[in-house]
Amino acid sequence: MKIAVTVKQVPDPNGTPGLDSDNTLMRDREVVLDPGDEYGIEEALQLKDKAGGEVLLVSMGPDKARDAIRKGLSMGADRGVLISDPQLAGADALLTAKALAAAIRAEAVDLVVCATESYDGSTGMVPPMLAELLGVPQLTFAKQVEVTGQRLTVHRQTEAGYQVLEAELPALITVTAGIAEPRYASLKGIMAARSKEVKVMSLAELAVEPGRPAESVESIEDAAARAAGEIVEDDGTSGVERIMAALTAAKVI
Amino acid sequence: MAGILVYAEVAEAGPAAIALELLSKARELGQVDAVALGPGAREAAVRLGAYGARRVFLNDDRAFAEYLAEPATDCLAALIQRESPDLILFGFTSDSREVAGRLGARLDVGVISNALDISSAGGGYTAQVPYFGGARVASYRANNHPAIVLVRPKSFEASESGGQAEMVEIEAAIAEGSRRSRISERHDEVSDQVKLEDARIVVAGGRGLGGPENFALVEGLASALGGAAGATRAIVDAGWVPYSFQIGQTGKTVRPGVYIAAGISGAMQHTVGMKGAKVIVAINKDAQAPILKLADLGVVGDVTKILPRLTEAVKAKRGA
Ligand SMILES: Cc1cc2nc3c(=O)[nH]c(=O)nc-3n(C[C@H](O)[C@H](O)[C@H](O)COP(=O)(O)OP(=O)(O)OC[C@H]3O[C@@H](n4cnc5c(N)ncnc54)[C@H](O)[C@@H]3O)c2cc1C
Ligand SMILES: Cc1cc2nc3c(=O)[nH]c(=O)nc-3n(C[C@H](O)[C@H](O)[C@H](O)COP(=O)(O)OP(=O)(O)OC[C@H]3O[C@@H](n4cnc5c(N)ncnc54)[C@H](O)[C@@H]3O)c2cc1C
Repeated sequence: MKIAVTVKQVPDPNGTPGLDSDNTLMRDREVVLDPGDEYGIEEALQLKDKAGGEVLLVSMGPDKARDAIRKGLSMGADRGVLISDPQLAGADALLTAKALAAAIRAEAVDLVVCATESYDGSTGMVPPMLAELLGVPQLTFAKQVEVTGQRLTVHRQTEAGYQVLEAELPALITVTAGIAEPRYASLKGIMAARSKEVKVMSLAELAVEPGRPAESVESIEDAAARAAGEIVEDDGTSGVERIMAALTAAKVI
Repeated sequence: MAGILVYAEVAEAGPAAIALELLSKARELGQVDAVALGPGAREAAVRLGAYGARRVFLNDDRAFAEYLAEPATDCLAALIQRESPDLILFGFTSDSREVAGRLGARLDVGVISNALDISSAGGGYTAQVPYFGGARVASYRANNHPAIVLVRPKSFEASESGGQAEMVEIEAAIAEGSRRSRISERHDEVSDQVKLEDARIVVAGGRGLGGPENFALVEGLASALGGAAGATRAIVDAGWVPYSFQIGQTGKTVRPGVYIAAGISGAMQHTVGMKGAKVIVAINKDAQAPILKLADLGVVGDVTKILPRLTEAVKAKRGA
């Protein structure tokens, strides 16, 4: 089975806040492989362990995004494709999906694995767009995945519980955090990753035309902040007393 | 004038709350129609009209409920070609986003996702989108026609217009080969607690509870108050409670009268789902926890000690 995992490089969730004093994006900020995509890589590696095949990582981003691919290769993925092009700066979700689709189409994969949403943009739109552009069904919010021959079964997490989804390959899945514990890269894996192929492609090579983005930013402002309230130190009784008073004032008791 | 089309999620039980919220807002922006697909569509049409839909385009083919995303995308694409709306509104819910994304790619117009508000100006639309987990808000102008915008649940209050919709039966228009991602089973957790997203009082627990066994303290207080229990993603991922309890960016959005945060740090991905609460009470042992900057009342103390005493006090007062 040939599996493509989409991987995005994002600002480090554990890093410092992402704005400079002039409110622009911090340029030298630490970046990492999106933690959500580590679950996708782990799930793909487990499927490969069972059925054999190849795990391909596809990323769109600046040259630096090579590090995110390397991380996945050191976990055990086989190859990487990096789509990098100055025209992609500020790409919207649709252009991102078009670029990823072009690279994946050229590889004729059986399964595409994405995370449900990225850590930074969090639009959640790249996976359904990618499925549409590739002409494959989507099986999303997976908390469990099973492949038997050409048959794919997914347990889809929903607001109320879960559903069982079924489809034939080729297909696209999105995985939730917690589907599988991402493995650590071993020293051997890190060494091996150095000699694995990472192919860099431009938009022209993929024959993708950047269209008009869905949105233009008009302004970015501070969110309306709630006024800070009262803070009390609990001394064994004061905490409960103050909360009871607040609940009474709110007329809920 | 072309208008606004609201994609109304429906079930046999009726239209989803988000559909009524979207209609209530869309009425302020222009002429609104709704589209309802799948079992329950016909029955939902009356309520959709009462919240402002001028026309309800409907088809109750079972395929819309049996297969994910693709049948609805086909039907919408055909409808949009005929009606040419300027703006199509979806809820940012797990079912609607699947359809919106496919549609945005098929029509080659893209989407604006995760919006908190939308307004019209100069013949176009502008959406407010949370940035950096909600610390900032960006205004995005929609560039393409039609504009597709996904709005977070609970962004708008649902209010009746008292209107009556014209019902317009439409073709299912499902393409050969779009019946692919089949929903073969549905498992809904049955719970006797008040629905989290509708509860007037929410008590939510985080990692500060110390362990899964202490979540009972949260549930105890919620039940004493007649409210619902919720959770952070940290404890959902740790397996203490199911995903249906999760509040925040990747979980539910709640807007209760009172929200009590127990052992929750107040990460932006959590607060984006609860900061619309009228009154926020937080219990945290760390006086520097970000949640205390948001709270109307912050109590610095041990949640495992305070919760049982608080529950007793509530029971005593309510029983009296
Ligand atoms: C705060 C914010 C709001 C934004 N809002 C919008 C908007 O409303 N509409 C819009 O069109 N764009 C928007 N963007 C831009 C958008 O984030 C980028 O286009 C991004 O490249 C793709 O979208 P995403 O990060 O939201 O991906 P999501 O759809 O949330 O990502 C889901 C998964 O898709 C895969 N994926 C996503 N991007 C890549 C990539 N570059 N390389 C490899 N795999 C990837 C990953 O597996 C990822 O986990 C926004 C950006 C920011 C920072
Ligand atoms: C893409 C993405 C999406 C996310 N979506 C969500 C989401 O939808 N919802 C969500 O909640 N999170 C979400 N998160 C995770 C979020 O960033 C935080 O990690 C999470 O909310 C933290 O949960 P917590 O407050 O329970 O845990 P912690 O951050 O560990 O906080 C525990 C708190 O408990 C306090 N505490 C400890 N012991 C006690 C005690 N005895 N008494 C009182 N207080 C005590 C501590 O001081 C601390 O403030 C998301 C993250 C990412 C990257």
